Amino acid sequence: MNITFDNKVAIVTGAAGGIGRVCAELLAEGGAKVALVDYHPERLAEATKNVQKKGIAQGYRLDVADTSAIAPTVSRIRQELGEVDILVCCAGIAAPMLAEEATEAVWDNMLAINTKGLFFCNQAVAIQSMIPRKSGAIVNIASVTGIIGMPPPFMTVAYSASKGGVVQITRQEAVEWAKYNIRVNAVAPTMVVTDMTKELLEDPEGKAAALNLMPLHRFGEPYDVAAAICFLVSDAAKMITGVILPVDGGQTAQ
Amino acid sequence: MRLANKVAIITGASSGIGRSTAYLFAKEGARIAVANNINVAGGEETVASIKASGCEAIFVKTDISVASEVENLVKVTKDKYGKIDILLNSAGIFGSTKETPIEDTDESLWERVYAVNVKGIFLTTKYVVPEMKKASGGVIINIASMGGIRPVGPRNAAYLSSKGAVITLTKALAIELAPDNIRVNCINPFMTETRMVKQLPAEVIKAAVSTIPLGRIVKPEDIAYAALYLASEESSMLTGASINVDGGHGI
Repeated sequence: MNITFDNKVAIVTGAAGGIGRVCAELLAEGGAKVALVDYHPERLAEATKNVQKKGIAQGYRLDVADTSAIAPTVSRIRQELGEVDILVCCAGIAAPMLAEEATEAVWDNMLAINTKGLFFCNQAVAIQSMIPRKSGAIVNIASVTGIIGMPPPFMTVAYSASKGGVVQITRQEAVEWAKYNIRVNAVAPTMVVTDMTKELLEDPEGKAAALNLMPLHRFGEPYDVAAAICFLVSDAAKMITGVILPVDGGQTAQ
Repeated sequence: MRLANKVAIITGASSGIGRSTAYLFAKEGARIAVANNINVAGGEETVASIKASGCEAIFVKTDISVASEVENLVKVTKDKYGKIDILLNSAGIFGSTKETPIEDTDESLWERVYAVNVKGIFLTTKYVVPEMKKASGGVIINIASMGGIRPVGPRNAAYLSSKGAVITLTKALAIELAPDNIRVNCINPFMTETRMVKQLPAEVIKAAVSTIPLGRIVKPEDIAYAALYLASEESSMLTGASINVDGGHGI
């Protein structure tokens, strides 16, 4: 046994983003048929084209905050690619704000995408493909901010809340769906070099502060997180469920 | 091959998790130094099987709780293979396989459990780290236990607390050694089908397995694959992590 995904169907949400894109590529390289899901049509088209160079892939436009559109999208994927074995939920947003300045609109939007949208993607795929076939592997993207508090200058209150929710969704589903042989795990990355963190990492002070959080003293690359995801959805991890795996250069060991 | 050209020291590879991991690491290209003390025949058998499959391994009889023996292990491995990239600390003992309340815990039992489970990791790490520093990096993987997180099951405070120590030792070393690019992580197995666990009463095993949401006993291979991930470059951003391979027992 090794990390191969031959004959598997995988859905990656947020597949046009930094982590999702690399994850979709690795899954396709490993032999999976990959459904790339993203809300942004041009970036989705471009990411899909890229993944198609590595293997079989198709793009599906979906805003996960629009929960009524999730189940129909999963149905379409099943019709076009087959029953879903693997779900990776990368879709998410971040917005810095001090706790005393957080607004309701930003809060609601963050939770709608990062937490509620993620849960209903988990639910739709579980109901349609995984529970009936008593098999499946789900990985959700949490964050170190869902486990620990962040020192200044990081202003992550809504983001942290949304990711703390992802941690508990993951654990609860892992317990409930173990009887259907569905494994549910999460990765908890630290600062990864993507568009989401670009602004922060371009600021020399923000960059230095972020680096100091990590004993390994480097930022995560999308590959670091994607490789952890591929391990968790592979058969190599078939006794692992309910785990929140930090990919954080030692940040939460401190 | 995910560990091509790597050299790994694996303690406790005479059976169970250590042996299963030694086989997998060898298959992935690593040359292995098998180190154990009590079950010498088992260690030699592990080496023979690896060689029979066309891979490289040596056996170094080592009591990991004795500094001079650990120094020898590191020296012999270095002389044979030139370097040490990976240290997997898999050697461990229960000390007692029956109910052992604290007031019935002999001092000698306590000391033996800590000597193997905790001091052993201290010593192997102490003597391997200079080699890893010379090589500008390395990977250390410790086999702790879910007992170090949720100390349930038969009473055996010596064993359970020693595994808690392994988890904290892992994190302390992860922080200390990160500037040298040495990653230190641990795996927390639960009720794994090994020679060691088979010494437990059948009803204890059955009761434990009933607390596993995925509904089966853990296999040594389940642990080996997690160790392979931690040993490979794929996990190069992971340090200080503690991965439960427990079928969901600890959620």
